[in-house]
Amino acid sequence: MNAPIALAEAPGIAACPACAVAPAAVRQGSRAPSRARIVLAVPAAHCAACIGALEGAVAALPGVRAARLNLTLRRLYVDAAPEVGAEAIVAALARVGYEGFELDAATLAAVETDAEGRDLLMRLGVAGFAMMNVMLLSVAVWSGAEAATRDLFHWISGAIALPTVAFAGQPFFRSALRSLRARRLGMDVPISLALILASAISVYETLHSGRHAYFDAAVMLAFFLLAGRYLDHRTRAIARSAAQELAALEVPRAIRIGPAGDAVVAIEALVPGDLVRVLPGTRIPVDGTIEAGESEIDRALLTGESMPQPTAPGLGVGAGEMNLTGALVVRVTAAGAATTLRRMADLVALAESARTRYTSLADRAARAYSPVVHLVALASLGGWLQATGGDWRVALNVAAAVLIITCPCALGLAVPAVVTAASGRLYRAGLLIKSGTALERLAAVDTVVFDKTGTLTLGTPRPVNLDLLPPEALALAGALGAGSAHPLAQALAQAARARGVAPAEVAALREVPGQGVEGCWQGGRVRLGRAGWVGAEPAGAGAATTATWLARPGAAPVAFVFEDSLRPGAEALVRDLQAQGMRVLLLSGDAPGPVAAIAARLGIAEHAAAVLPEEKVARLQALAAEGQRVLMLGDGLNDTGALAQAHVSISPASGLDAARAASDMVLMGRDLAPVGPAIRTARLSVRRIRENFALSALYNIVAVPVAIVGLASPLLAALAMSLSSVTVTLNALRLR
Amino acid sequence: MEVLALLIPVSLVLGGVGLAAFFWTLRSRQYDDPEGDARRILRDEWDDRPQP
Repeated sequence: MNAPIALAEAPGIAACPACAVAPAAVRQGSRAPSRARIVLAVPAAHCAACIGALEGAVAALPGVRAARLNLTLRRLYVDAAPEVGAEAIVAALARVGYEGFELDAATLAAVETDAEGRDLLMRLGVAGFAMMNVMLLSVAVWSGAEAATRDLFHWISGAIALPTVAFAGQPFFRSALRSLRARRLGMDVPISLALILASAISVYETLHSGRHAYFDAAVMLAFFLLAGRYLDHRTRAIARSAAQELAALEVPRAIRIGPAGDAVVAIEALVPGDLVRVLPGTRIPVDGTIEAGESEIDRALLTGESMPQPTAPGLGVGAGEMNLTGALVVRVTAAGAATTLRRMADLVALAESARTRYTSLADRAARAYSPVVHLVALASLGGWLQATGGDWRVALNVAAAVLIITCPCALGLAVPAVVTAASGRLYRAGLLIKSGTALERLAAVDTVVFDKTGTLTLGTPRPVNLDLLPPEALALAGALGAGSAHPLAQALAQAARARGVAPAEVAALREVPGQGVEGCWQGGRVRLGRAGWVGAEPAGAGAATTATWLARPGAAPVAFVFEDSLRPGAEALVRDLQAQGMRVLLLSGDAPGPVAAIAARLGIAEHAAAVLPEEKVARLQALAAEGQRVLMLGDGLNDTGALAQAHVSISPASGLDAARAASDMVLMGRDLAPVGPAIRTARLSVRRIRENFALSALYNIVAVPVAIVGLASPLLAALAMSLSSVTVTLNALRLR
Repeated sequence: MEVLALLIPVSLVLGGVGLAAFFWTLRSRQYDDPEGDARRILRDEWDDRPQP
């Protein structure tokens, strides 16, 4: 391997710029514009050998200063001269056998500086350090330190614990204040109260040379609760980062036609009135009207129609539509944040805020739990005041002990530990969980609504009548189809290859945008395309099937009939859901024919075609009003409203950004099969969460009476706290 | 018991050193790529691009 040597000779290596990843990218953007930073996703990287091969291959390119692979995120960070484009690096990766996808560095930079996570980790570290030290001193006290020694240990413990509680407890204090202002008793109110009361009573006891100080309990409480908080944050941060990566895959660029010729510019730089060129096989980047060019556009992601639409100058197009066969010149009417696509995404944000009506299991537990704890502590304060004839010191001590022992240490871990374990398991199965309460909501599902195009089907057509046609026709269609980016043509070319049919020798291949492909074969003209264009009788408008026609000399035109190919796992999933006793519906924006065909193939009895986006939302609202808890699966812009409206929603990674943003989970692979097991995992994790609540309640039932009668000691509090936390975590780990 | 006057400060200082080291690892972003770091250390080629 000589690649590292080549790298060592390159200038600027000593600074190793590839390591201080995202903030550096942001800073360098303003400071040193000569440094281009390219980020690529390399999903196949998985081993130590990959590191060397990938970094070596890229670093050997001229103009590349350094390359570093992050194996955890499977991303390659490249520091290169401005003239090096991402295409060159993708090509270099392909030569060593890896697929690379360029990511938009600006989109990534927003999430990579995970300040909140590092802040929590720092507080967790401080609490852990303090806990160990205070525990050491506490062990001496428990094992019988007396008089002055005990006081000294208490003082030192206090000197460590008080600043720690003040620093590490801040997330709880802040959130408790917030919920008090909103006149609610969240989980953080009893936590904050216990932290403050335990510290205050311990200081008082230490001042009066008392026997019990709860410094260790206060610090331990902070540590365990922060651990729960950090787990919770981490699960969400991983999901967010992966979701962001999907968004970053769509690098927002357009080809602007200027006076000086074509130039590739960022979409943000476009203004209404600009002309952009849209090449065949690419997505339309802006809203606009067609100025010149003929083509067909695929609106499947936006409307659910599976058939491409022909275009003509003057027709309006929307961002996100796919240009198929010919180059178009589009005059921009709206770009960037003003496009239909973004406006839909904003609508989704509105719908999402409506979903916060859902109260999570943890909130419900806290709502039942907080008043009880406070009442019990207050009652024991009053009872002891009565019994001792007004001895505040004893009464307050007992009340503090009750609060500390009942403090929801295990409750704070009960949900995050389970969600972390379950998310990890689902992530390995290819399902990304974006919302913290998505698992609980998924567990309650009893109705599943599917979208058709792009969700149940791959959105790629498959010829179905090849066996009925002469082999010569397929050979011709394969040859002609290879010359076009149109999905039907591509499907024919693929089918011919898959059947081992050698393409016929067709010369002078020419694509006629919006019509089809033609060429010369054995001295005659052959055409593959629309029925009218090849000279065949066009099928009626209400035809259930999609077809393309082939005309060749000396024979009548023949039709290739297509069917949308099912997403792998779709049949198994529908059967699985029906076996689980769920109601399954299919709501599609496509024409009645294809929808009925797919529904019949999958055995879905309830289906509706030509459903408008608003009608989908209305159907879901009606289902919710009937008391059904709906899981919605969809991928297009026409599904976003429904995805946000549903009780819980899933969209495939191939879906539109707006659809992924609207749904709670994202299916990473092509296969639909992980959805069935995911529902079972969700049910299992809700059961584990309930078990965890029961476990921590059990510890309370044992420990609280002891505290109320005044027999609680710091040792008992420490035991109850750590035992319950560990039990709850272990129970959650059974899910993995 | 006089030894306590020595031992307690010593234990606190040692713990403090550990805490400072933890802060340093956090600051220098050593938790960014745990999987990659675990593999890099086992490679037989000389890593001339260690994290700074």
